[in-house]
Amino acid sequence: MTMQPLSRPKSMRTPLGRVRNLGAAHSGTKDFWRQRVTAVAMVLLIVPMVVVMMILLGRNQAGAAQILGSPPIAIIMLLFVIASIWHMKIGMQVIIEDYVHDEKIKLMSIMANNFFSVTLALAATYAIFKLSSGV
Amino acid sequence: MTIRIERPLSPHIQIYRWTLTMTLSIVHRATGMALYFGTLLLVWWLFAVSSGPGAYAAVQSFTASWIGQLIAFGYTWALMHHMLSGVRHLVWDLGYGFKPAEREWLTRATLIGGILLTVLLWIVAYAIGGGR
Repeated sequence: MTMQPLSRPKSMRTPLGRVRNLGAAHSGTKDFWRQRVTAVAMVLLIVPMVVVMMILLGRNQAGAAQILGSPPIAIIMLLFVIASIWHMKIGMQVIIEDYVHDEKIKLMSIMANNFFSVTLALAATYAIFKLSSGV
Repeated sequence: MTIRIERPLSPHIQIYRWTLTMTLSIVHRATGMALYFGTLLLVWWLFAVSSGPGAYAAVQSFTASWIGQLIAFGYTWALMHHMLSGVRHLVWDLGYGFKPAEREWLTRATLIGGILLTVLLWIVAYAIGGGR
C-alpha cells in the first residue's frame, strides 16, 4: 500500500481499478486497435498496390505521372500511404517504449518519430495531390 | 543511499531453447524497422514523379544500380514477410493457432510464404518491366 499525499483528493478506487477502467473501456487501447485497423487495411490494399507498381514498371516520368494522377490509382496510393505511415508510427513508438528507458531520451525519440511520420505522410499526400491536379 | 535487494529474476531468453517462433518474433520487429526507413524511399520516389523528369531520372538511376536493386529486393521481402507475419499475429489475436502443431505450421508458412511471394513478384516484375 502506498501513501497518498494529503493534498490530493482521495478516491476509493485502487490504482489497479483505475487502470482496468481505462484498459477494458475504449480509450486506453487506441494505438493497439489502430495498429490492427491499419494492418487489415494494408492486407486489403496490397493486391491493388502490387498491380499499380507492375503497371508503373519501366515507364518514364510523364507516363508514371499520368498513371499516378488518375483518380482510382491516386486514391489507392493515398489510402496505402496513410495506413502504412500510421502503422509504422505506432510500431516505432512501441519499439522506443520497449528499449529506451531514459525518460527524456524516450520522450524526445517519440516526438522525433511523430515529426518524421507526419512529415512523410504530408509529403506523400502533397505529391499525390500534385499529380492528380496535373500541375 | 539505496539498498539493492537481490530479488529472484525470471528466466530470460538465454535460458530457453531457441525456437523458430522466437526468431520470427524478432524478424517481425526488424522487418518493421526496415520498412519504416524504406517508406522514406517510397515517398522520395512519389515526390520525384511529381517533381519532373530530372528528379525522376535521379531515382531511376538509383533503383537501376545494384545497390538500389538490392534495397528494392530487400524492401519487397521485408514487406511480404511482415505482412504474412502480421496476418499470423491477427490469427493469434482472434484466439486461433496456439496449439504446438498449428503454431509451428503458421510460423513455417510465414517464413516460406514471404520468400516465395518475393521471388514470384520479382519474376513478374522482370517479365513486365523488361518488356517496356
